[in-house]
Amino acid sequence: MIRNTAAQMADALAKGETTSVELTQAHLDRIAAVDGQVKAFLHVDSQGALAQAKDVDARRAKGEKLSPIAGIPLALKDVLAQKSVPTTAGSKILQGWLPPYDSTVVSKLKAAGVVIMGKTNMDEFAMGSSTENSGYGPTFNPWDLTRTPGGSSGGSAAAVSAFEAPLAIGSDTGGSIRQPAALTGIVGVRPTYGAVSRFGLIAYSSSLDQAGPFGRTVLDTALLHEVMAGHDVKDATSINAPVPAVVAAAKSGDVKGMKIGVIKQLQGEGYQKGVQTRFDESLQVLASLGAEIVEVDCPSFEYALAAYYLIAPSECSSNLARFDAMRYGLRTGDVDGASAEAVMSATRDAGFGREVKRRIILGTYALSSGYYDAYYGSAQKIRTLIIQDYAKAFTKADVLVSPTAPTTAYKIGEKVDDPMAMYLGDVATIPVNLAGICGMSLPAGLADEDNLPVGFQIMAPAMQDQRLYQVGAALEAALLTKWGAPILSKAPELKGAK
Amino acid sequence: MSSLSRDDVAKLAGLARIEMTEAELVELSSQFGLILDAVARVQEMDLSGVKATSHPQPLENIARPDVVLPSLSPEDALSGAPAQEESRFRVPQILGEAE
Amino acid sequence: MALPTYDEVIAKWDPVLGLEVHVELNTASKMFCSCATEFGGAPNTQTCPVCLALPGALPVVNEKAIESTILIGLALNCKIAPYSRFARKNYFYPDMPKNFQISQYDEPICFDGYVDVEIDTEEGPKQFRIEVERVHMEEDTGKSLHVGGATGRIHGADYSLLDYNRAGIPLVEIVTKIVPGTGKYAPEVAKAYVAELRDILRGLKVSDVKMEQGSLRCDANVSLKPIGSDVLGTRSETKNVNSLRSVERAIRGEMIRHAELLNEGKKVKQETRHFQEDTGLTRSGRSKEQAEDYRYFPDPDLVPVTPAASWIEELRATLPERPSLRRKRIKEEWNVPDKEMEAMINADVLDIVEATVLLGADPTKARTWWLGEISRIANDQNIAVADLAITPADVAEIVALVAKGELTDKLARQVVEGVIAGEGKPSDVVAKRGIKVVNDDGALMAAIEKVCAEQAETAEKVRGGHLPAAGALIGAVMKETKGQADAARVRELLLGHLGVQ
Repeated sequence: MIRNTAAQMADALAKGETTSVELTQAHLDRIAAVDGQVKAFLHVDSQGALAQAKDVDARRAKGEKLSPIAGIPLALKDVLAQKSVPTTAGSKILQGWLPPYDSTVVSKLKAAGVVIMGKTNMDEFAMGSSTENSGYGPTFNPWDLTRTPGGSSGGSAAAVSAFEAPLAIGSDTGGSIRQPAALTGIVGVRPTYGAVSRFGLIAYSSSLDQAGPFGRTVLDTALLHEVMAGHDVKDATSINAPVPAVVAAAKSGDVKGMKIGVIKQLQGEGYQKGVQTRFDESLQVLASLGAEIVEVDCPSFEYALAAYYLIAPSECSSNLARFDAMRYGLRTGDVDGASAEAVMSATRDAGFGREVKRRIILGTYALSSGYYDAYYGSAQKIRTLIIQDYAKAFTKADVLVSPTAPTTAYKIGEKVDDPMAMYLGDVATIPVNLAGICGMSLPAGLADEDNLPVGFQIMAPAMQDQRLYQVGAALEAALLTKWGAPILSKAPELKGAK
Repeated sequence: MSSLSRDDVAKLAGLARIEMTEAELVELSSQFGLILDAVARVQEMDLSGVKATSHPQPLENIARPDVVLPSLSPEDALSGAPAQEESRFRVPQILGEAE
Repeated sequence: MALPTYDEVIAKWDPVLGLEVHVELNTASKMFCSCATEFGGAPNTQTCPVCLALPGALPVVNEKAIESTILIGLALNCKIAPYSRFARKNYFYPDMPKNFQISQYDEPICFDGYVDVEIDTEEGPKQFRIEVERVHMEEDTGKSLHVGGATGRIHGADYSLLDYNRAGIPLVEIVTKIVPGTGKYAPEVAKAYVAELRDILRGLKVSDVKMEQGSLRCDANVSLKPIGSDVLGTRSETKNVNSLRSVERAIRGEMIRHAELLNEGKKVKQETRHFQEDTGLTRSGRSKEQAEDYRYFPDPDLVPVTPAASWIEELRATLPERPSLRRKRIKEEWNVPDKEMEAMINADVLDIVEATVLLGADPTKARTWWLGEISRIANDQNIAVADLAITPADVAEIVALVAKGELTDKLARQVVEGVIAGEGKPSDVVAKRGIKVVNDDGALMAAIEKVCAEQAETAEKVRGGHLPAAGALIGAVMKETKGQADAARVRELLLGHLGVQ
C-alpha cells in the first residue's frame, strides 16, 4: 500500500477500499521499521496523526465533500509551525518549543484533511544543502545510507523516497526542495515566490523563502501544490491571484510545440559526467515529444551564487535576532548575576550551530555601515540583472531547463568542513530564488558511474507554475516508458522493510 | 584577498550577540577569507545605473484594515517563556538602556 | 564655580535646537498586527505571534496608520513621498521582541515640511518657522518593570518583567531640521513648537496627544556655538520630557549646563540625558559616542507604500483649519480680549467653548460658564474640565434656558452641579430637583406679604426709606420660594408693595 502513489491512495480511499486510519498506520509502521536508519523524522506524532485520520474517515462516511488528498499522510519539514507539536527548525535553540499557533500552510492542510504524521529533519534554520547542519544529527539518503539526501529539506525528501510518506512539504530558499528531490530520486517543486503563504514558516531569508511540495510523481506533487498554495492576508508578500491549474497541467502533460530553453551557464564544466549525460538524454526525450530545444544565454547567472551568499545571510542575521532566550526557546547561562545581554549571547552560542553562526556573522558584516553598498546593495542589483536575464530568456522559451545539481549525492562528512564546496552545489538552483520564479526537479535517471539519482530542473516564469507540471508530466511519462518502472523501484531495499 | 581579522569577527559577534570562544573566532576568521573573495565578485560587475531589487514580485500598498482581532490568551503568549512572573516574561538584569 | 545665569549664557552663546517628537496613533489595532491598542489591559493579554515575534510570524501594515501619517505630513506642509519603504533598525533589547524595530530609514513617507510658531516677547510677538525634515512610521516597544532596585529604575535592578501589550503600537516620528536663530528664545520656541504640533495633531484626531500619558513624547537636542560662528557645537539629547513646561525647562537647563562646560574649556559629551522633573536638571544616560550600528536595510516582509496622488489630494481636502488661524478667527468673531483668549487656551477649553457656541450659545456666556463655575468645580475635583460629565450641548441648553427666563443664573448653577453630579441632562435635573423660576407674580406677592407680616419691623424701616434693610426681606422671600424666585423681580415687587422706589 505504501508503494502506491498518493493519487492511487486517494482513489482507494474514495472507493472505500481502505481507510485513512489503515493508510496512516501502514506508514507509521514503515517509519518504525526504517527510520532508525534513515532518520528523516525529528518527531513522529502517531497519536495526533491517527486522530486526524479517524476524523477524516468520519467526515468521509458522512458524505462530506473532501479535498482530493484528504486522508493521505504527509511529512512536514520542521520549519513550519504546527500548534502544540514540537517545532525546532532543526535547531537546539528551539528544542522543546510548542508553537501556540498554526502556520497558514498547516491550517490549509488541516482544512483539507491531510494527515500530518510528523516533523522532518532539516539543516538548522534551512541553512545548508545536506541536512548535516541539523542540530539533531543528519538524515541519510535511502539510496545509500552513507550519503546525504541533500538539504535543507533532506528529511522530507528522504521520507518520501523511503516510502515513509507519499507526500511531504519542504522549503526552498536556494534550492532546498529541488536539490534533495534530485539526490533522492523524487519530485520537488519550489512554487513562485508569494504563491504559498510564509506566515508560520520560520524565516531564513525572507525574500527568497518559499514552502513547497514533494511527491514521488508529478501528479502527486501537483495535488499537494494545489492544497498548500493560495493568497494569505497575514503575509504581505503573498500574491493575490488564483493558484495556477497545476493538477490539470500534470494530467495533460503535452509539450508539442513548446520551446525549451537550455541555460548556457548552467551545464557543462563543473557538472558530473553522469549528471550531464542524463540531462542531455532528457532533452532528447522532450524533443522527441514535439518540443523545440533552444539555447539561452544568462550571463548574470555567474554572479548568482555570490549575490545569494550576501542577501540570504544579511536577511537571516536580522530574522534570527529574535532567538534571544527572553520569550521562548533555549535559555542558558542564567547563573547568579548574569545580565540579560550575557544570557542572550551565551544562549545563542550554545543554541546555534556553526553554519548558522557563520551566516549570521557574514550577514552582520554585509549590512554594517560602510559595507552596505559594496555588499548587500550590490547583491540586490545583481538580482535585478538576473530577473532581466530570465525575462529575456522567457521571450525565447516557455520553460528553461538545467541539471538540478552538479553532482549526485555525496558522502556524509565529505563537504561539511568546506563551506565553499557545499555552496557550489546550489549553483543551478539559486537563480530561481533570486528571481522569485518557480522551479521543479524530477528524476532523470541514475548516473552511470555511481547509480545514484540525477535530477532534471524545469523553470517557469512567476505564476506560470502549471508549465512546470505540464513539461514534467510529459518527461516523466516518457521516461517511465523508457525505464519500464519508476526510478524508485531501482532503490536498494532498506533493512527491516516490509 | 579580502579577509576579516579575529578582532573584526569578535566585533561582529558582539553586534550579533553571540558569545564565541577564541577557537571559534579564529576558525571563522580563516574561513571568511574564501567566502569574502567569492562574494566580492559582485563588485566585478558594472552595476552603475542598475536599480536594486529587494522584492521579486512588484507588489505595493499591501495593508490591512484597522480592525481588532482576538489576541493570544496570556497563557498561550507565555507558554514558551523560560521564566515568568505575574503574567509577565521574566528576564535577567538588563545592563543597557532603552533607545 | 557657580552655574552661569541664563542671561550670561545667551550673551556669549548661540543655541541650536533639534526636536524629535513621537506620536502614538489612536488606531484601534496595532501597527503590524490586529491586537487591540486599548490602554490599561492586563499584562500580555493584547499580544499575538506577530507582536511577540514568535518564529514564523509576519507583519502586515495598518492602512489607517498610513492614512494618519499622510494627514500629519500634509498638516505639517510636507511633501508626501510617492514611493517609500519600511526598514529594519537592528539592535538587541528585551522590550523589542524582534530585536529590530520596523521603522523607515532613507525613504520616509513625508519630508521637507514646516511649522510656523509665534511667541510673545518683550519686543512684541515674534514668528519662527521650524523646518520639518521628515515624518515617518514606526512601532513602539513593550514595557519593562525593573524589580529589585531602589527606585524601580533600571540601575541596580535584579531582574525585569516584560509586558508586550504596547509592543507594536503605531508611532509616528516627527523630526525637525536643525533650528538655528532662536537666540534667547530657544526654550520658548521649542515649547511653542511642541504645543502647536499637539494642537495640529489633536485637530486631525489621529492621537490623544497627552504628554503625561506618553501619547506625545519629545526628545530635545541642544548644542551651543559661539555667537557669530558657523561651526556647530556638540549636541546632547534629552529624553523623558513629559510636559510642555518640561520642554522649556529642559532646554534652558541644557543651555546652561553646556555653557558652564564650554566656559571652563571643557567638552560637551555627545550623549543621551534624562530630564528630572523634580530638579529641572538632566542626568547622564547612555553615551552616544559608541553609536550602535543599526544596519538598516529595507524590510523584506513588507512592500513599498505608494499612495496615489488623487488619494493624497482627497486627504488634503479633509484637513481641518490650522490651529493658529482658528484661534485668530475665533478671537475676532467673538471679540475676545487677549487675557481671556489666553485663559481659554491655557485651560484647554477653547474647543469646548467653540462647540458650545456652535450649538447656539452666546460666546461670552459660554466662556463665562466654562471658565468660571465649571472650571471651579473641575479644580475642586482635581480633574480636567473635559473629563467632567457636562457637555457643550448641556451648557448650550442651560444658557438658552436662562435667556428664556426659565432659569436664573443662580438656579442655572444648581443645574450645572446636577449635570456634573450625573443626575442627567439639564431637563432631567430641572425635573428631578423641581427647579423652576417662580415667575408667577401672584405667588411672589403671597410670599412677600407673608415675609412682611413676619418681619413687620424691618418692613416698616423700608417703608420709611431705609432701603438697605430690604436685603433681609428679599433674602427671606428667596428662602420662602426655595431660591426659585428671580431676586431682581422680588426686589421690584417688594419695594412696590412697600410703596418705595
